[in-house]
Amino acid sequence: MVDAVISDVRELSAPRRKSGMRRMLQRKSTIAFFMALPLLLLISLLVLYPAFYAVHLATLNKSMQRFVGLSNFTFLFKRETFWMVVRQSCLFALSAVFFKALIGFIVAHFVHNIPAKGQRKWRGMLLIPWVIPPAMSTLAWLWLFDPSYSAFNWILALFGFGPVAWTGDAYWARFSVILINVWYGAPFFLIMYLAALKSVPEQLYEAAAIDGASWWQRIWYVTLPMMRNIIAITVLFSTIVTFANFDIVQVLTAGGPIDKTHVFATWAFRLGIQGGDIPLGASVSLFMFPILAFCAIFILRDIHRRGNEAS
Amino acid sequence: MAQVTLRKIVKMYDDTEAVRGIDLDIADKEFVVLVGPSGCGKSTTLRMIAGLEEISGGEIAVDGEIVNDVPPKDRDMAMVFQNYALYPHMSVYQNMSFGLRLKKYPKEEIDKRVQEAARILDIKDLLERKPRQLSGGQRQRVAMGRAIVRNPKVFLFDEPLSNLDAKLRVQMRTEIKRVHQKVRTTTVYVTHDQVEAMTLADRVVVMNKGKIEQIGAPNFLYHSPATRFVAGFIGSPAMNFLPCKLEQAGDGLNVRLSDTIAFAVPAERVQRYRPHVGQDLTFGIRPEHVTEAQPNGSKNLAMFDAGIEVVEPMGNETMVFFSINGTEVCGRTDPNAGAKVGATAKMAAHLDHMHLIDNASGRVL
Repeated sequence: MVDAVISDVRELSAPRRKSGMRRMLQRKSTIAFFMALPLLLLISLLVLYPAFYAVHLATLNKSMQRFVGLSNFTFLFKRETFWMVVRQSCLFALSAVFFKALIGFIVAHFVHNIPAKGQRKWRGMLLIPWVIPPAMSTLAWLWLFDPSYSAFNWILALFGFGPVAWTGDAYWARFSVILINVWYGAPFFLIMYLAALKSVPEQLYEAAAIDGASWWQRIWYVTLPMMRNIIAITVLFSTIVTFANFDIVQVLTAGGPIDKTHVFATWAFRLGIQGGDIPLGASVSLFMFPILAFCAIFILRDIHRRGNEAS
Repeated sequence: MAQVTLRKIVKMYDDTEAVRGIDLDIADKEFVVLVGPSGCGKSTTLRMIAGLEEISGGEIAVDGEIVNDVPPKDRDMAMVFQNYALYPHMSVYQNMSFGLRLKKYPKEEIDKRVQEAARILDIKDLLERKPRQLSGGQRQRVAMGRAIVRNPKVFLFDEPLSNLDAKLRVQMRTEIKRVHQKVRTTTVYVTHDQVEAMTLADRVVVMNKGKIEQIGAPNFLYHSPATRFVAGFIGSPAMNFLPCKLEQAGDGLNVRLSDTIAFAVPAERVQRYRPHVGQDLTFGIRPEHVTEAQPNGSKNLAMFDAGIEVVEPMGNETMVFFSINGTEVCGRTDPNAGAKVGATAKMAAHLDHMHLIDNASGRVL
């Protein structure tokens, strides 16, 4: 930005023999725009077009013949299931993100304290859940959750607890999809927090220790404030991804039992693709946008306001 | 206010000994400087006093109480780090009051202490700023302020001036001395800069390879170094060292530097040096004791001719460099003596200030 301003000033004072077109082409901001153009085109093709197309679809009737305005939305508002999906999506995303962040934070501390020699091995192993495609790993979980023959129920039986209907009971099914999502997403937090931990100068902890801070106070007054930005950004991105989660829920419960584990994406899929009402599905999926935009604005504004304090 | 005692302190890193058995008594209110080249174990020693490094062997006691297993937060010491280690997310005020807030001091008491420290250090205007808005010297003051407000038993300084530019370093050095004169807290200060050590310390501890070479007041170390290491480390420019032989010459002794240069040992030292006749020794003399020959030559001067090779005018004095038997020697002359490159000058070595060093043990005789 500064560069552009400076070059503008220089141009004003330079003798006016170049044509306006040439001058504009030489401006840095113009060059930057042209260099970013291929990416902008790609994004508009793959993101903006489908987004606007979804808005368009949401205004049509079931047979996609007639413009019906907002009646798809008013129809949804009147349905009990819709509000249940809203509640479930929020519960799913918030609790999953909270536990992913918490577990990632705790495990990052453990890994950080492992001597450098063994640390790479542990880092690699702990990243495994994150690199397996979730649709695949959820299949393995599905097998672990099997009511009659699964490992979990077998272990519980050893201790005298009855078989748990992991995917059959509404509450256990919700617990299970959240558990898998945490299992899948925690390594991402782990690796981000580990990197952040490594960037906190050791001497700050030493200074805090000498100032009289206990272990817990060092985390509270040094680690957390130093990691605030990275925590905010990871939570934001993870919230967006988790809200839009499809594969884990679809593979494990497909929204069941009786819609009790549906989130926006799976319910949109059920209504739109499986139920054949694409405009209604599109309307459901559009509900994610305002919620996520709201989160993004708040968190990014906070990060922007604090600026880069750590430097 | 406290005295600190180190008894046979050892620090092992895997198989290497970083600190090898240090004994040191630091009196109440004393300013002790640990000085030595990098890797001599001085910082490790300081960090063991602070409790940041485990002690592999020996004992550290504060006021007679052994603190080996006391965690740093309970030792009641304050430390100033080389890179200041200010909390970047806290304002200057919050940085300085952090220790007191952790100890749940009342707000008025905290405010009183912070304002007082800010006044001493002249940083009252900076209290609301964040560390990144401060210059190096200001950060250094804040780090000292954070130490002062705690009113601890002991101040620890770990090379606090190394990150400052030369001019600021001199200024802050004076500042540290002034602060110590005001608050009179027992202080242990680590530096690799012998000028800092000399100017700040009540007592200097010269360390080398994990051991203490010598402990003493700055001037004592300067004039009576115990070993060749101390003689060479303290003083700038460094002491000249020349290989020599001690010879019997009638009742007296001669120091022979080369086939052509030899001079008589001052009479009062003959007794002391006599057992070393015939040994290979090192002759040491500081540059200020190698001057241009003056007409009113006092006794115990060794006159010789030197072919000047390099002249460095410093303003108040002029350093001259010449060779004796292939070894470069530095002398300090009056700027008006008119030393010229290529000329032969009459020089005088003041033998009252000479040192003879035993090559085998490295000790000054």
